[in-house]
Amino acid sequence: MIKRYILLFLLSFCALAQAELTIEITQGIASSIPISVVPFKFEGSLTDDIDEIVRSDLERSGHFTLLAPDDMLSLPATEDDIYFTDWRLLQQDYIVVGTVKLLPNKQYQIRYQLFDVFSETELLTQTLTGSASQLRDIAHRISDAIYEQLTGIRGAFSTKIAYVTTNPQRTAFSLSIADSDGAREKTVLTSKFSIISPSWSPDGKRLAYVLVEDDGSKVYIQHLETGKKELISAQKGINSAPAFSPDGKKLALVLSKDGNPEIYVVELATKNWTRVTSHYAIDTEPNWMPDGKHLIFTSGRTGNPQIYRVNLTSGYIERLTFEGSYNARARLAQDGRFLVLVHQENKGAPFRIASLDLMRGLLQSLTSDTQLDESPSVSPNGVMVMYAAKYNGRSILAAVSVAGDVRFLLPSKNGDVREPAWGPYLN
Amino acid sequence: MELSKLLAVSMLSLAIAGCASSGGTTDEASNTDMSAQESQTQGVPGSPDLDVVTEEQAAMASNAMLEQTTVYFGYDRSEIRPEFKDLLNAHASYLVANPQASIVLEGHCDERGTVEYNLALGERRADTVKRYLIVQGANPSQIESVSFGEERPAMMGSDDSAMSKNRRAEIKYQ
Repeated sequence: MIKRYILLFLLSFCALAQAELTIEITQGIASSIPISVVPFKFEGSLTDDIDEIVRSDLERSGHFTLLAPDDMLSLPATEDDIYFTDWRLLQQDYIVVGTVKLLPNKQYQIRYQLFDVFSETELLTQTLTGSASQLRDIAHRISDAIYEQLTGIRGAFSTKIAYVTTNPQRTAFSLSIADSDGAREKTVLTSKFSIISPSWSPDGKRLAYVLVEDDGSKVYIQHLETGKKELISAQKGINSAPAFSPDGKKLALVLSKDGNPEIYVVELATKNWTRVTSHYAIDTEPNWMPDGKHLIFTSGRTGNPQIYRVNLTSGYIERLTFEGSYNARARLAQDGRFLVLVHQENKGAPFRIASLDLMRGLLQSLTSDTQLDESPSVSPNGVMVMYAAKYNGRSILAAVSVAGDVRFLLPSKNGDVREPAWGPYLN
Repeated sequence: MELSKLLAVSMLSLAIAGCASSGGTTDEASNTDMSAQESQTQGVPGSPDLDVVTEEQAAMASNAMLEQTTVYFGYDRSEIRPEFKDLLNAHASYLVANPQASIVLEGHCDERGTVEYNLALGERRADTVKRYLIVQGANPSQIESVSFGEERPAMMGSDDSAMSKNRRAEIKYQ
């Protein structure tokens, strides 16, 4: 009998676990680059359509306008088949052609080439091999290479995202990992307690997160390969907001065992704890600067939340945000040049995701079509921000570029989705 | 009977108004409301009916107050609003009178603002209530506090009424 209940319980989690994120592009760059990714030639059928994935990756980046295969005049697979005049006529700047071959060992070999249509020169060619289950990885790697070749910025299509799915009653939660386009969702933890603040280790092998249990919040680290869950902190009061150091050896987090929330750093191997802040106000949401020697954090020390930076060696604290009545949960983009944060201009104004150029002191609101925007997380190449928001009465994930010119939504088919965390480069 | 019950309550609140000034709140709203409360109860001491209020009746009024276990907060605030001081005083009196009793204070927030800042704010709300009860005589060992941030809303929805119901501290007797 009890077993049956457990099974039912598990089944209800399974139903919840499949959030199935889809993508709706809401805004792209006006001056985006016209490119054609011609359907790759293959005799037979594939589980994943490689060229289709590449097209949607490039389109989602906002930097490219993709020609639909139906509008192509021909479907070349190699350089010899390309009539560049045709593609110039179609006003295409670049063209990608490719072939897929099934090798005797059941592996697939994908060869593709990127050409400049005007100069009729090859800019990039690669041959990639993998199993049927790796075709998606191969497609994202092709997208990464094309994106980097044409924009000069490393592509982040091969990265993963972690996020939390919950039912509207907030009684069942699951922590899932998916490709950056929402595909291949995999649940790594289900809980009846709220799961918040997932945070990736720099090697992408561990996730730190917080469970808000009946007797308080606790910090855990989960090893993704083994599924092993390790309790890091369950002190009296709050244990929350974990963030891995750039070398992956330390964790910054918030404890309120001293009476109010303070920032601590724990060395994971030695469990050696260091207290970083000492203030009667709320100090929370630490995040590491790329140098591993500074933390940025949110503090209510002036009466409302603002962002500060602390030097871990000297303890010197500097305020970074001055504009707005609520600035919180800052993350860094582009080697620490930009802060991306939750911003409220004045009391009663909507919560937006904003970027702050630390060199020029310029604060720019990035979002406008979603409500209660929060939990920004920056792609490892510093270009896109994924965040959680309310849209049509549901909690969804959305993304916006740090420049503010590209936007897309990742609505889920089931459940409310919150707390996104964009993972690191995996290779 | 009804009148005397009313008087019992007002006498209680008079007593409370005296204590509450030592409650240590600093927001402006509480100061203005406090004086309003004092002026309301000014007529009571001279009332000839005052001596009909028995200890038993006062206890009944206090019991009714004890059934209320939630106090609400302003947006992004953790100060105790003056209208909840009677309620908290009743719980403090109960804890003083029953040293074996213990409570857990749960701090909660509405969904505006960040998840982590709200977790901290929820704790602040629970702690403000805890400090208030201790100032009123409760023993610190009788009170535990825990924050659930915005994770356990009392009411679903993003409208003002739902959010005002979610910014709260709940008193749970163990």
